[in-house]
Amino acid sequence: MSEVEAPAAAEDTRTWVEKVKAKQQEDIAAGKYDYTTIEDANLDRAEKNLTEEHIQKVVKKWLATEGGARLKTYVQTCVHCGLCSEACHHYMSNSKDPKYSPVGKVKRTIWKILERDGRLTPAEVHEMSVIASTECNLCRRCLQYCPFGIDIGYLMSSVRRMCHLLGMTPLYIQDTAHSHAATMNQMWVKDDEWIDSLQWQEDEARDEFADIRIPVDKEGAEVYYSVIGPEPKFRTQLIYQAAAIFHNSGVDFTFPANPGWDNSDMCMFTGDFEMMGRIKKYHYESAMKLKAKKIVMGECGHAFRSVYDVGNRWVGWKMPPIPMIHSIQYFSELITEGKLKCREKYPEKVSFHDPCNTVRGRGLHEYGRHVTRVFCQELIEMTPNREYNICCNAGGGVINCGPPFKTKRVMSNEWKAEQLARVADQGVTTIVAPCHNCHGGLDDIIHTYHLPLKLKFLGDIIYEYMDKPEAE
Amino acid sequence: MDITSWDWNTPVKRVVQADACDGEAVWLEEPQVSPDGERLARVAFLDGEYGLCVNGALGEGTYSRIWYPRFSPDGRITALANDMEWTMLVDGEAWDTYGAIWNTQFSRDGAHIAAAIQQDGEYGMVVDNVPWETLYPNANHFTLSPDGSHSAAAVQVEPLGQAEVAKFQEGIFGVAVDGTTWSDRYVNVFSMAFSADGSRLAAEVRLNLYEYSIAENGKTWPATFSCVWTPAISPADGRAVAPVRIAGKWTLAAGGKPIWKSSFAQCWHQFFSADGKRLGAIVSPAFGRWTLALDDKAWRTTFGDYVEEACFSPDGARAVCLGKENGKFAVVVDDVAWPGRYDMAWAPVFSPDGAHVAAKVERGGKYTVAVDGREFGSGFTAACAPVFSPCSTKVLITVIEDGWLVRRVVPVADFKA
Repeated sequence: MSEVEAPAAAEDTRTWVEKVKAKQQEDIAAGKYDYTTIEDANLDRAEKNLTEEHIQKVVKKWLATEGGARLKTYVQTCVHCGLCSEACHHYMSNSKDPKYSPVGKVKRTIWKILERDGRLTPAEVHEMSVIASTECNLCRRCLQYCPFGIDIGYLMSSVRRMCHLLGMTPLYIQDTAHSHAATMNQMWVKDDEWIDSLQWQEDEARDEFADIRIPVDKEGAEVYYSVIGPEPKFRTQLIYQAAAIFHNSGVDFTFPANPGWDNSDMCMFTGDFEMMGRIKKYHYESAMKLKAKKIVMGECGHAFRSVYDVGNRWVGWKMPPIPMIHSIQYFSELITEGKLKCREKYPEKVSFHDPCNTVRGRGLHEYGRHVTRVFCQELIEMTPNREYNICCNAGGGVINCGPPFKTKRVMSNEWKAEQLARVADQGVTTIVAPCHNCHGGLDDIIHTYHLPLKLKFLGDIIYEYMDKPEAE
Repeated sequence: MDITSWDWNTPVKRVVQADACDGEAVWLEEPQVSPDGERLARVAFLDGEYGLCVNGALGEGTYSRIWYPRFSPDGRITALANDMEWTMLVDGEAWDTYGAIWNTQFSRDGAHIAAAIQQDGEYGMVVDNVPWETLYPNANHFTLSPDGSHSAAAVQVEPLGQAEVAKFQEGIFGVAVDGTTWSDRYVNVFSMAFSADGSRLAAEVRLNLYEYSIAENGKTWPATFSCVWTPAISPADGRAVAPVRIAGKWTLAAGGKPIWKSSFAQCWHQFFSADGKRLGAIVSPAFGRWTLALDDKAWRTTFGDYVEEACFSPDGARAVCLGKENGKFAVVVDDVAWPGRYDMAWAPVFSPDGAHVAAKVERGGKYTVAVDGREFGSGFTAACAPVFSPCSTKVLITVIEDGWLVRRVVPVADFKA
């Protein structure tokens, strides 16, 4: 009997946008948008240990000592217009359920706290922690649309602070906060492991650049380069790439040998501001000790927020005590100064994802585009972009709340998936995202929706396509 | 460190060519100059092997890596070296080997050398080639007493699995002194300070997620605070003094009670005069402004970026610090800033008689030393920290000049405005 050839599968002619929308309908039908059964060991533990009396005592003290003019002004100014709603990816991705709107989240937390004068049940505090820690990325996109400039990210951060004071913080991000406290880095990297990572990468890089150095604890360097904890832990190639770029550009740089090298700060996101301040103190003082002229930090968004805006100010430094420059800006400056040159352009179509903390927080978007245009053949803008870009839904500590909340996190960013699908439909194959958390969030979206996209840091493309006259 | 035996009579001595090396070095890096300015050590990369080059002469033996060369105050050259295992080289002699060794520290006179070690995944310290008998799952904040008699670190006394937050919050950190922990356990232990003779040790401790305090020789203060910083121990009475945060403001406390009436937006890096009678601290009298406070009274000269490197004169009568404003450094003596501004400045020092202040400074990539606000020469490729002669009338300035290590002994009177 002759074999009958199976009919070829019909070609899927849908656009990527249509595929994303269809998948959302499948996920809704499959119950993936039902988040009511999420269990978190630390939240559950805290709920069992709390009493209403203790909650009210702590909340009232928190309001009296930390609920200052900013909190009161925001609460009293909001006219409930709802213009923030359609700015929020949680709201837009969850069928426009009002409870996910920014103002809805304020209503479910701050307003309830104030109306009840802190009389909350442990279960209510549990719910508030989930709202503040997993349903808001503190991305401040809603702030761009609020007619009064109310920073709902600040309000949600305040709720996290209250929850921290009650021990009600999701397990995995609390573990990361503990790592910061014990090691001054977020990945439990021990002192010798950090040094070993640097020396290992120097040895590796020497195969490509015979005389390359990764200077450690060099006094008086022009640049103190700081990274986030995951880089020595499992992204050491980023240290290699940064060293190669600096070496190739003639930059006088160093890494510190001792704690302070990690610029990241999950304590900022758990509301443990005392530990946040301690981490920032170590970071800046390690650079001061080495008499570095400036700090250049790797491609991380939240760390930039912590060193440039929030953490430094808790300590008492109005501005960073040492010039603090994000890699996005520094790479652009190296290009402008003629120190960093493109050998040939990255040939694929790319789109640039604006991280919230470097763009809405600091306006570095044109630097990122400058670097991208110099090193890439074609930049196609995603829409919306710059300060109106849609959040990755990983930042703000949300991805750090870990596996229990992963499905909720990914489902709550179907809107971002649609945005990425639109550029995929235009032939974009590569998303450039100069932020670690954004990589985490976008990577999950790309895998969930099977989008034909690759993710790159600026450093990935620069390293691969820069002119390397000394390379062997 | 006996500086009386140094050469204080030769005005200018060309010591050695800065890039001299009797081996085929691909590069020479990590330059370090001995305290007396007579020797220059560099790590030499010799086509796959590393050596230590002192005044152009390669030491015996090469290693698969050498780094962190440092001269001890008594003039011995140390470095960290690896050949499958890590060791400390002291004047070329290798200590026992470990899985890792780092964070070299010296006693004030240089007679004792210490470092952090890791062996088989456990952590502790080694002092003069003698490791702690007990090592721990992790350790940090390694500290050697000024006299070198004791060493201490924050240690994790039990292993911790992933996301074991409850166990962490029960307290699994301790303070180990010479390898033996105090009896109390803490949620965290941070930096610590010994008294000059090593007999007293105080550490920042975290009692739960929200309460911090100071533990002195194993006994925790009766009061807790929302935050504390590194303590310092009074030379006068041996008590620990630490910055503490009370109701959002910072002040100094001892024994759990505030000892200053003033409070600040920030207060840290407190320091005593040699006799312990005077106490100073770097403070922020208003958010975003920084200065020194001495004996509970803030200076009027403030800076926007930060203030650092503060100390008293030997007799305690005067004080100095560095202040930074809009990216430029000033040296401030007794609340008056020198007129010059620098791109970088290093820790200022008083002459033994307290009459003069010297500091290494840098402007436009050129380094020199300034004394009482007057700079020497037009700048050099590199410069070392200045050292006053015992009689306070001369300053040792060691510089890299025209490719040579040059040792200059300059009368204070020769520093021109």
